[in-house]
Amino acid sequence: MDSSSFLSQFIQQMINGISLGSIYALIALGYTMVYGILKLINFAHGDIYMLGAYAGFFAASVLRLSFFPSLLFAMLAAALAGMAIERLAYRPLRRAPRITALITAIGVSFFLDYTLILFVSPQPRTFPAIFESEIYRFYGIIINSQQILIFAVSLLLMAFLTYVVQCTRIGKAMRAVSYDTDTARLMGINVDKVISWTFALGSALAAAAGVLVGIYYNSIDPLMGMMPGIKAFVAAVLGGIGIIPGAMAGGLILGIVEAMASGFLSSTFRDAVAFSILILILLFKPSGLLGKNTREKV
Amino acid sequence: MNKVRKYDFLLLAFGASVFLLLHALMETEIIGAFWQLNIILACINIILAASLNLINGFTGQFSIGHAGFMAIGAYVSAIMTVKQGLPFAIAIIAAFAAAAALGFLIGVPTLRLSGDYLAIATLGLSEIIRVCILNTPYIGGASGFMGIPHLTNFPWAFGLMFLTVYLIKNIVNSAHGRALIAVRENEIAAETMGIDAAKYKTLAFTIGAGFAGLGGALFSHYFYLAHPSSFTFMRSFDILTMVVLGGLGSLSGSIIGAIILVFVSAALSDFPEWRMIIYAVTLIALMIFRPQGLLGNKELSEKMLGLLRKKEA
Repeated sequence: MDSSSFLSQFIQQMINGISLGSIYALIALGYTMVYGILKLINFAHGDIYMLGAYAGFFAASVLRLSFFPSLLFAMLAAALAGMAIERLAYRPLRRAPRITALITAIGVSFFLDYTLILFVSPQPRTFPAIFESEIYRFYGIIINSQQILIFAVSLLLMAFLTYVVQCTRIGKAMRAVSYDTDTARLMGINVDKVISWTFALGSALAAAAGVLVGIYYNSIDPLMGMMPGIKAFVAAVLGGIGIIPGAMAGGLILGIVEAMASGFLSSTFRDAVAFSILILILLFKPSGLLGKNTREKV
Repeated sequence: MNKVRKYDFLLLAFGASVFLLLHALMETEIIGAFWQLNIILACINIILAASLNLINGFTGQFSIGHAGFMAIGAYVSAIMTVKQGLPFAIAIIAAFAAAAALGFLIGVPTLRLSGDYLAIATLGLSEIIRVCILNTPYIGGASGFMGIPHLTNFPWAFGLMFLTVYLIKNIVNSAHGRALIAVRENEIAAETMGIDAAKYKTLAFTIGAGFAGLGGALFSHYFYLAHPSSFTFMRSFDILTMVVLGGLGSLSGSIIGAIILVFVSAALSDFPEWRMIIYAVTLIALMIFRPQGLLGNKELSEKMLGLLRKKEA
């Protein structure tokens, strides 16, 4: 491989990596927000992403909506689903040990997957072409319109989330609850409501990621959420769990590394690379790239 | 001491009689092929659940990567019998040793993590193992390792199951086992009492992984093939469900949990799509209404000994 083709291959994988990474980042945000407040790995988050993709599919193919209404429909549906899951499965366990909550989350994840399989069959579905695909070529590098769309929508949503968390009342409450739940409660913050909102926001972002993936790969299936879900968690840990810019950075880094691994090594090693990153980061900097070291209190 | 011996003797006698009964029923074909399969599957699952319980239930290290160790056992034993032509017994020992060695290697660095982080790291490790198997043509790669002789029969499965449970029971009831439980209850307090928590966590991880390898060896030699798709994290969750259902920290709970789930899925074999939903609902409902599992951390045997006495609450 000569140097110019190496460079173009590198840039090509970079572009693929950024679009994949934006998806991871959107899902990772939900993980990080929930973890920041509840200290719970919401295993079912990947399945919310899958539900979002199916809601988008429903809106586009049955209700015949165009792209943006479908996206909004999916986000709304997922937000409601996220709130319902929190209310029914996680709230009764607010005071339970964290392992109990983790097992419940695994249970919820399977429940969502297999209930959906019961209704829509495990076969993959073709996502309707609600966004016309165009391919742009620059000096042998291919960018298609879906990649631009993914990047643009992700940026927009991340900006929106940053605005909500930094500048609104509910965002302020979220930050307070995540900093110290008990004190926040003493200050008159309705913690249950804040947690509900956190789930709604995180789920909406995951659903947006699901719809974008549906448009990008043209295909969705009921088990599509498992791997991206776990990898988005890796992304959240990579950036420092609980830190919102960390999730965005972690998602992008993970996406780029994976794209490089599948471009230059072999696509079957993609998953192994992601998990190796997870283990390395846990061993050497468990608080993540943007995290601060905290000592465990005895 | 005397009481323990007598108790162990009773347990051996109980195991032997269950074995002879089931074996006789199978030989006379009163138990048909379908249930025979499920009984052997139950034995394998008891091995897996009991070994995971040693890690998760008794030591409090939340591992969800058991399928990875199972895969190691399945493949190593298959290499031994198919490629090297060695007898099954040696293959089983090799499977145990390989999985235990890997458990040790992985255990030393990752056990510095705790709680959710350890869970996600073990899940990642088992996926790494799977991807490595997937990319190794020597053992069949993505199409799986085929042509494994059908060497697992009921005596092997039951014998090894009994051995596993017996050994884990004795580990748990030894001074080392008390140390494991101390680490589970409060690691820092245990350290203060002079227990080397890291050593005991690694020990539990190594032994648990070894027995998972044993389960894997039985598994691959029962189904004629070892396939990477049999060892995804779904399998780890399967095993976890059994442990949690029975009760984290109860060996007899693991046995009961494994048996219940094997027979539930056998009963649902006509409706496979319902099986995972029922698993999922079981997990959620258990966690909300009875987070300690069916038996909590008690053992059935306490009651078994006093079977004729009035049951205590």
